[in-house]
Formats: sequence, C-alpha cells, structure tokens
Amino acid sequence: MIMCKTSKEIGGMGHSLKRKEDARFIRGLGKYTDDVQLPGMLYMDIARSPFAYAKIKSIDKSVAMEIPGVLAVITGEDLKQYNLHWMPTLMSDTQMVLPTDTVMYQAQEVAAVIATDRYIAADAVQALENSIEYEQMKPLIDPHKALDADAPLLRPDKEGRTDNHIWHWQTGDQEATEQAFDEADVVVKEQVYIPRIHVASIETCGCVASYEKAEGKLTVWMTTQAPHAIRTVIALVAGHVGLSEERIRVISPDIGGGFGGKVPVYPGYVIAIAASFLIGKPVKWIEDRSENLQADSFARDYHMTVELASTKEGKMTGLRIKTLADHGYTDAAANPSKFPSGLFSIVTGSYDIPTAFTEMDAVYTNKPPGGVAYRCSFRVTEAVHAIERITDVLAQKLGRDPADLRFQNFIQKDQFPYRSALGWEYDSGDYAPALRKAMDMVGYEELRKEQAEKRVRGELMGIGISSFTEIVGAGPSKDFDILGIKMFDSAEVRIHPTGKAIARFGTKSQGQGHETTYAQILAEELGIPAMHIQIEEGDTDTAPYGLGTYASRSTPTAGAAAAKAAHKIRDKARKIAAYLLEVSEEDLEWEPGKFFVKGAPERSKTIQDIAFAAYTNHPQGMEAGLEATHYYDPPNLTFPFGSYICVMDIDPKTAEMKIRRFVAIDDCGNIINPMIVTGQIHGGLAMGIAPAMYEELIYDDDGNILNGTFMDYLLPTSVETPNWETGHTITPSPHHPLGAKGVAESPTVGAPPAVANAVVDALSHLGVTHVDIPVTPFKVWKILKEKGVIS
Amino acid sequence: MIPPTFDYLVPATLPEAIALLHEHGDEAKVLAGGHSLIPAMRLRFAEPSHLIDISHIPGLDYVREEGGFLKIGTMAREVVLEDLPWISERYPLLVDTTKMIADPQVRNLATVGGNLAHGDPANDHPATMLAYRAEIEITGASGARIVPIDEFFTDFFTTALEHGEILTEIRIPIPPSRSGGCYLKVERKVGDYAAAAVAVQLSLAADGSIEQAGIGLTNVAALPTRAVDAENALRGQQPSDALFAQAGQLAADASSPADDLRGSAEYKLTLIRELIQRALRRSVERAQGRS
Amino acid sequence: MSKHSITIEINGESFTREVDSRKLLIHFLRDDLALTGTHIGCDTSSCGACTILLNGKSIKACTFFAVQANNQKIETIEGVEQGGQLHPLQEGFHQEHGLQCGFCTPGMIMRGKELLEKNPNPTEEEIRWGISGNLCRCTGYSNIIKSIQYAANKLNEKQEEAA
Repeated sequence: MIMCKTSKEIGGMGHSLKRKEDARFIRGLGKYTDDVQLPGMLYMDIARSPFAYAKIKSIDKSVAMEIPGVLAVITGEDLKQYNLHWMPTLMSDTQMVLPTDTVMYQAQEVAAVIATDRYIAADAVQALENSIEYEQMKPLIDPHKALDADAPLLRPDKEGRTDNHIWHWQTGDQEATEQAFDEADVVVKEQVYIPRIHVASIETCGCVASYEKAEGKLTVWMTTQAPHAIRTVIALVAGHVGLSEERIRVISPDIGGGFGGKVPVYPGYVIAIAASFLIGKPVKWIEDRSENLQADSFARDYHMTVELASTKEGKMTGLRIKTLADHGYTDAAANPSKFPSGLFSIVTGSYDIPTAFTEMDAVYTNKPPGGVAYRCSFRVTEAVHAIERITDVLAQKLGRDPADLRFQNFIQKDQFPYRSALGWEYDSGDYAPALRKAMDMVGYEELRKEQAEKRVRGELMGIGISSFTEIVGAGPSKDFDILGIKMFDSAEVRIHPTGKAIARFGTKSQGQGHETTYAQILAEELGIPAMHIQIEEGDTDTAPYGLGTYASRSTPTAGAAAAKAAHKIRDKARKIAAYLLEVSEEDLEWEPGKFFVKGAPERSKTIQDIAFAAYTNHPQGMEAGLEATHYYDPPNLTFPFGSYICVMDIDPKTAEMKIRRFVAIDDCGNIINPMIVTGQIHGGLAMGIAPAMYEELIYDDDGNILNGTFMDYLLPTSVETPNWETGHTITPSPHHPLGAKGVAESPTVGAPPAVANAVVDALSHLGVTHVDIPVTPFKVWKILKEKGVIS
Repeated sequence: MIPPTFDYLVPATLPEAIALLHEHGDEAKVLAGGHSLIPAMRLRFAEPSHLIDISHIPGLDYVREEGGFLKIGTMAREVVLEDLPWISERYPLLVDTTKMIADPQVRNLATVGGNLAHGDPANDHPATMLAYRAEIEITGASGARIVPIDEFFTDFFTTALEHGEILTEIRIPIPPSRSGGCYLKVERKVGDYAAAAVAVQLSLAADGSIEQAGIGLTNVAALPTRAVDAENALRGQQPSDALFAQAGQLAADASSPADDLRGSAEYKLTLIRELIQRALRRSVERAQGRS
Repeated sequence: MSKHSITIEINGESFTREVDSRKLLIHFLRDDLALTGTHIGCDTSSCGACTILLNGKSIKACTFFAVQANNQKIETIEGVEQGGQLHPLQEGFHQEHGLQCGFCTPGMIMRGKELLEKNPNPTEEEIRWGISGNLCRCTGYSNIIKSIQYAANKLNEKQEEAA
C-alpha cells in the first residue's frame, strides 16, 4: 500500500491517476508523423540494395524520372556535392546517407525518389531499383571471421584502418580476476549468444521535412526520442549548406513506440531534409515495415563467453566475460560516448562478487548498423542475461537450488551504497525480499514438488528465476555525454496567474505517460492539482534542452529536474507568502498547496493565492512571475532491481512451450503512478518473452535477411502472451529528489533470462546446461531428440 | 506496400465474370476475399492487369446441406463457418480448420473458396477437404463441372482451374452418424502457416471399428497431401494407441516436408507422427460422442 | 477502368470521390479524407493497426481497395464517440490503462466493438483470441483485455437498464 502525501484531488505521487493524454488517443486524434499533412507536400521513397555487399556500377535515373509526378531522383553523387553523402553516427563513427560506390548491407538506401504522391513514388522506386546495376562481392557475415586475414576490409574509408576491428574496451581487474579463477574450487563457462532482434514499434520511422526558403527555416516533424540532440546534429552536419541551429525546429509529435529504435539519425531523415532544402517544399518520408525491419537500428548481436568462479559452498569469487560485438557496417549504436558497450559492466548484477573483468571487441560486418535499441538500457539486457544464465549454470553444477544460490550471493541491504567490482556505486537495493516475494507469489516450493513428480512421469516443466539489478538514468556529466553533449535533462515550469501551470521538458514520451507523471511530480511538490498542469515535450523551439527519453532515464533526470524547478518556485513562493502574510519566511511551514504560519495554521496562503499575487501584488524589488527552469545533473545513476519467476511447460512430444505463469516483483524506488508503472512492467515483460521465444533477425551466408517482414519476424500476440502477475517492493533512491528510479526497461532486461532459465531447468535432468534465446520449439525438439526423449 | 496499377471490374453475374476473364486473358484475376491476392500485390509479387470482383454477385455465399452434401458457395467467408452452430456440431473438422486460419479480421473477408483456389499447400483448407473427400464445382464458359478433391491440386500453387474458370462451390459429403474429425496445427504463433498440420475425418461402424478414414496433411509437400497408406491401415480396425501410432508413422512416410524457418524436415515428420495420433484420438472421441 | 467514382458512407456521412483502382482503403481514409485515426503498422496484413468496421465487420483497411467499399458502410475510430458520449470501449481503455503510445488503440477499439457485438460476455480466452489479429508493443495486452471486459460490463449494464 503506497501512502500518498497529497490528496486524490491534487494527485501527487503514488496516485494511480488516469492518463491525461488518453483523451486524444481513444478518439483517434493523436497526431503522429504520418498524420502531418502540409500544402504542397511531396513524398519520398527509397530504392534499396538487394545485395549485402556490392559495388554500384551505374544508376540510371531516366526511367524513374519519366514517370509523371516524379520530381527528382537523389543519389549519393548528388549529396556529395553538398558533402552530405556521409554523416557522423552517435558513436563518432561515420555512416553513409547514400552511397557513391559501395553498398554495405542488404536493404541499404541507394537512392531516393521525390514524387507528388506516395503511389507514384512507389512506382518510381520499382523502376529505379530495376535501373541500378551492381557488381556483387562476397559479404562478411560471420563476425568471428571479421578479423581473418582474408576478410574483406569493409571500411577503407576510415583512415589508418587495416582491418574490421572497431574498438576494444575492457574494465575490471584482469589480474585479480585471473587469480580468483586459478584458485577457484569450481568454474563454470558457457558461450552465450544473443542474436539480433528488432524493436518493431507498431509505428515505423519517418519524418516530414519542411524548409521555407524565404525564412531560411527548417521544420522537421520526426519520429525521434531525442529532438534536441537531432537538431544540434542537423546544425553540425548541414551547417555548411546554410542550416543554422536557431532556424531549425525539430518536432517530435505523438510517437507510436520508440524503445530506442527512434534515437539514431537514419539516412531517410537526412535525405528528406536535403530534398526539402533543395526543392523548397515539404517532403514526407515514412518507411514501410519491411524497410524498418531490414534497415533500421537493430539490437543485441553479442557473442559472449561467460565464466563464473565459486567456492564449493557456492560463494561467487570471480566473473570473467569476453564478448564479440557485431555492429554491422558502422558503429551507429546510441551509447554515451565513453561507453562503447553501454552499461554492460553492470554485469556483476545483484551479487557480491569481489573481482570481475570484462572485455569486448566490436567488429564490422555487412549488416545494418546499430547495436543499442529494444529497451535494453544500453546493453544491460545482454549483461543481465549473461549473469543470470551463468548463475543458474553454477547452481546446476553445484546441485544447488537456484533461488538458494542467489540468496547466498546477494548484496545485502546494509552494503549499500555498494561499490561493484566493475566500478559502479549502486545507490540502494534490497534483493532478498524481492526474490522471497516472487517465490511466495508463485508458490515456489510447491512447484518444485510438482516438477519432481512430473519428471518421474516424463512430463517437462521448468522454473526459471531472474534476479536482476538495472542501471538507469544516464547520467552524471562527468561520465555521460552523447557526441559531447552532457546527459543532463531539464524542466521549465511556469505558473499562471490563476494558479494553473505549464511545464516543458527536454525528454520525449513515446507512450510512457509523461503528460500525467510529470504533472504528478509537480503536483506533489507544488500542491497544484495534476489536472491543472499542462505538460509539453518534443518541440525544440519551446522545450528546454534535453537528451530525450530512452534507457529509462526520464524519471531519474527530467523528473528530478521537475522537482528541483518546483523547489525553486517554492522558494520564491515562500517569499511572496511571507510578504502577503506579513511574517518572516522562517515563520512559515509548507504542506502541499499552501504555506501557513507556524502555530497559527488558519493564517495561510494557497499556491493559487501566491500565483495570483506574483502578477498582481508581489513585493517591491522582486521580479513578477512565478517560474523556474532547472537543468539536472544527476549525481549518480539509479539502480532499480527485481526478481522474476517463469513457470514453463514443455510438450515432450512436440516440444511446444507455454508459459504457465510469470511473476514479476519490481523495485523502482518511490512510485509516481502505480497504474502507469504496472503498465510499463506488462509491456516490458511482453518485450522480454518475445526475444526469449520468438524474435530473431536471421541472415544467410550471403547476407540476405530471411525474415524481414512480420510474416516471419514474429511478434507475440495476445494469445502467446501470458497473464502477468506483478508486485512491488519499494527501496527509494537516496540521491534522487523524489527517491524514484527508472523502471520501464527492467522487465525487458529481467524477463529473457527467466524464460531461458525455465527451459534449461525443464531439461536439466537430461544434462542440458544452456540454450541460447530465442528458445523455439525446434531448438527444444533438437535437444529432446539428441537426448533420446523423442525417438 | 503499394500495389501496381490495374483495372477493376465488377460483374453482376457469374457468366459476366467468366466472360471478363476470357476477354482480358491470363493477367486478369478473380478478386473474392482478396487475402491471398492483395497482400501479394502490395509486395508486387503479383501484378494482375485486371481484377474481377465477384463479391457483389448475389447467391454465391451460401452454406447449406442439400442432396447429401454440405454445399459451401465460393464467396462464403471463413467466419460464417465459425458462427453457424450447426456447423460446429456436425463438421468439427471444418470449424477447427477455419479457426486456425490467420486472425478474426482476415476471416471476416477471406473465403473458403479462395483458400482452395490459391493452390498453396501451406493453406489449411486443402488438407481438410482431402480428409472430407470433398468435391469442387468449377464453372467456366461451357458450364459447371465437378472435380474430385484428389484431382483438384495438380502442382505447386496449381489447381485444376483453367484460366477463365471460377471455383463456385465446395461440396462435402454429409458424414454418416458416428463421425468425428479434428484439425491439429503446430504454428510458431497465431496466424502463422503450419510447421505441420493434420486433418482427420473418420466414421465408426456399429461395432466401433473405423469404417472410413480421411487424412489430409498441410505444408508437408509441394501439394496438399493425402495420407493414403495411413487411411488404409485404419480402415476396418478397432481404434487403439498402437493403431494410431502406426497411422502416424505411415502419414509421416507419405510426407516430404522442407527445411525452413519453422524447423527441419525431420522435426516436421515428428510433428506429423504425433499430431496424427492426437487427431485420431480426438476424432474417435467425437465420433463416439455423437452416437 | 483504373479510375472510379465511389460513394462510401463513413461514420454516417456520405463521401463521393474519384479514386484509382489501386488506392487502398487505408490510404483513402488517411490521405484523401484526412481521417488519420486509423493507422498503418506493417505491409503484410499482420498488425491490425488499420482495423475498421465494414458493414459492422472488423477488417484490415490495408488489405482492401477503396473501390471495393463502393456503396458500403464504414465505421472508423473517429465515429465511435457519439454526441459527445464516449463509447464504453473508449471509457474502458481510459479507465483500465489499455493504451500507452496509442498507435494500436484505434484498431483495438474497432475490433473490440465487433467482438462485443457478437459476444457480449466474452471470457478472457475469447478476448485473447478475439484480438489475436491486433499487435501491441507497449501494453503486454493484459490491460487491453481488462479494457474490453470493462466495456462488456458497461454495455451489459446499459442493456439491463434499457430492459
């Protein structure tokens, strides 16, 4: 039961306020990028490469240009004249906007058509694709072969580069860890591969770029989670052609799901902007689902060798991980610049492991670029999968119950703030109660009994646990920047004379409910009813600068900024109240919504009274108005955590699998809106079981994608998705002004290993120690066949 | 995403539709439910010059029992089979099958006729019609002809339909009493094509032995496949687990599935063996329940 | 003929327009009539974001040509609210937090509408099968099911009151 400090009418933290933004969505009145229609608007469509690696021999524009309604065909050569054919990635690598000589992955953008109508544009693309000649080359698809002597050099454009190695990164104490492994009683080791997946928000990516020549102003409606960063990138990349940051406006309208897939700058955006700039008319580009799946930023693709050392009693003594990261043909991952493998080093997880070492090598291949997306918290999905899998492997080796082993190794409550072996200071945590609560909810001991009985009868069921620690809220300016821009975030709050308010933020919701939750934060801190607070995000002309919404950072950064801005407002409000009540500031006390005189509570001024006075009756010498802006530099990240338990039944004859139950206990510190948090958990869990059982981008040896549509890239429906059983513990963050942590990616991080652990657990009596995700019926069938369970 | 151009025609009668097919040649296609054709056109895998929309021709969407047959008009939408209670009672195999096709929105428009006319061995109804020993009525310029289901599927995506002919009716012999059937499909998710699926329709004699059996297999070969040897092994026998296992093996022997994203051929053969047994068990239970 | 004059009744209003044969109903609604509440989420008829009602039946507007809808009745999300009154489904989605980004929501509501008209007392399993043609990435489906159950209860209450 969450105790709320404010009344339901005010609707501060802890209230399950219904969402304010629902009003437009339930009526079909949301405004998404493809809903934008401007007079004279043109349509852009993109011709793409059928080959994974090829030289472009010729592009004949004429056939496409002959189609009535086609205004232009844009190639790499055209963009080269403006030096726009390459652009920087968010990891300071470079990426082609359009190629001038070589294509690097199947479905890569090769040329664009601009037409008066989207149907004509599609015809023109078909004509154009038939008029492009290629010379195919043998692509590099297997990252393990990327550093072979005979591997093609994929990036000769990069000065001084002689191979396909992008970077090496490591952290931890290599020597101490080696010693721990040498001295260990028990060492377990597994190859853990997490394949490429695609975030596949129901809305694909796109933009409407509108350059007005007379004003020299560019307005771009864009499916972007980080509009300010995009604006600055456009100014830097296209400044030389005359686009200047004060005359660039990026608008993120309503966004139909982001999950990290709408952070990178895609070539389509840049081409559309260039086209609008050159033609002087609005240009709309909206990608098809096939284009989205086949060319946009993927997620995962980590090949990990994971080792865990322990005493024979089960105390973990060392963790060592070596990873090969397949980034596609350029490192376009959206990581903070000092962390090329994101926050992977959270990988010691919830356990008190004294020493650890992790290293990774990233390589180029002929696949789409990227790496960080799909609700991964900057590679935390990969890290948690590694530690939670290897923990179960250790439990199996030692013959220990996996819950038991976890309790034995958890960081204890009194160890927080906890400095991990890989350098993170975890702010707060209390892991054991969360696991215990999950076990109680699922009936763990009964399930183990059931499993034993079923095993005797040849029936298969598994129980999989995942006890994860997450790391969100990037981040403190000393360590966190993207392309040099520090990862603070911002809130600008203004109170109107009639006591209502408007607040704008540097983040951008894609369904997280900020219009409600930010209002609730301000309601909490100012006592103005949340219903009276208008929240805006996404328009770079009006919103304060921020780094956007992804990696569960909004509540930790912008939410904190809101609280801080509210405190600044309260400071001024106190002065006004003191003036109105003719007392000194020290004589006043605050309760949500009003200042009252200590000892004489009937003498009070509401925040509404004060707001009115700020414009009509403020003290001499004080500025009018009642507003504040705050740019919040978080002192640390926040560390939400949880324990999940998955119960899986497997048909021993057909290997079909069904999740019987999924219990999720989450701890995200103080909760702003329990209804919204639970909704986020449900959604994240669905995006957790999906990569665990259904999703994988599959390439053949020639780099052809084999499942580039929803026919074969499998998103779970309501039928595949189980009922979610959720609960909470609350361990506030000591450094966050509201004691809150981020939460929305916890389930995507925590769920896959719970599923994988359940499947392995179901098969462990056959000697199975590991299965890579996605765990499909075919994979399980192969195991059952190999073990003689299926003849 | 965007289909290529075509001309759209709406005939008012069947003879008019057939005449239009002849007039416009091979590149003219019938538009019924459209849920095989339109998706193919959107990806530009199909580029017909003319679409002849037969959905406005009255009297093609009936579902009725008549003259010893369940007669399904070519424009009968899948959903009708789900909605008619007497179909669920008397034709459980048919309703099982319908429910496994795509999703509710698709079933509101897709037609049973279309599911067969497309000639796709991965579609669900072909195996079911094989199990029912159905007949297909085809109407052309010179009138109607009946084609037994075993002669309807001739090759990969090819049926007995000549150009200028339209599949107009499906006839399922009304099963005798003591009949039961079952469709079982293993799919990666709802709406997918089958990794493997089986259709079983059988009837029991008075002594409880299997009098007649029909077994169709989905997505196990280039054509929808009848498991002839399995059917023969069942005929005249008392139901038993051993008999069903034997039938399962014979059905697997009649299959030559391909390796694909769903799994290997061997995996699919395992599924066939197992699904046949389960479908036979359920069909016998249903047959016994009705007597 | 590759251009046709069609007349369609949409949300009770009649529209007559000239369209190309190949114009998909989804584009006709969104681009020609600026009814942008119905969305596009895929290109293989898989996602259901484009679901509308054709003569009361839920169909995918991306797999239907506008010309096929000539002289037919269509209902889109824009027509669900009547006289300023939200439909119980719209209320349900709001009360039960059945939406987050809102992109799949119009399709879910239109499907929900037919589902409840045919089956006023669906079980949870029937609802799950009933919306199996509609993909959502945000909600994990649980609250969508609750939203539809809310609407079912509300509609049944109204029925009882009316009786």
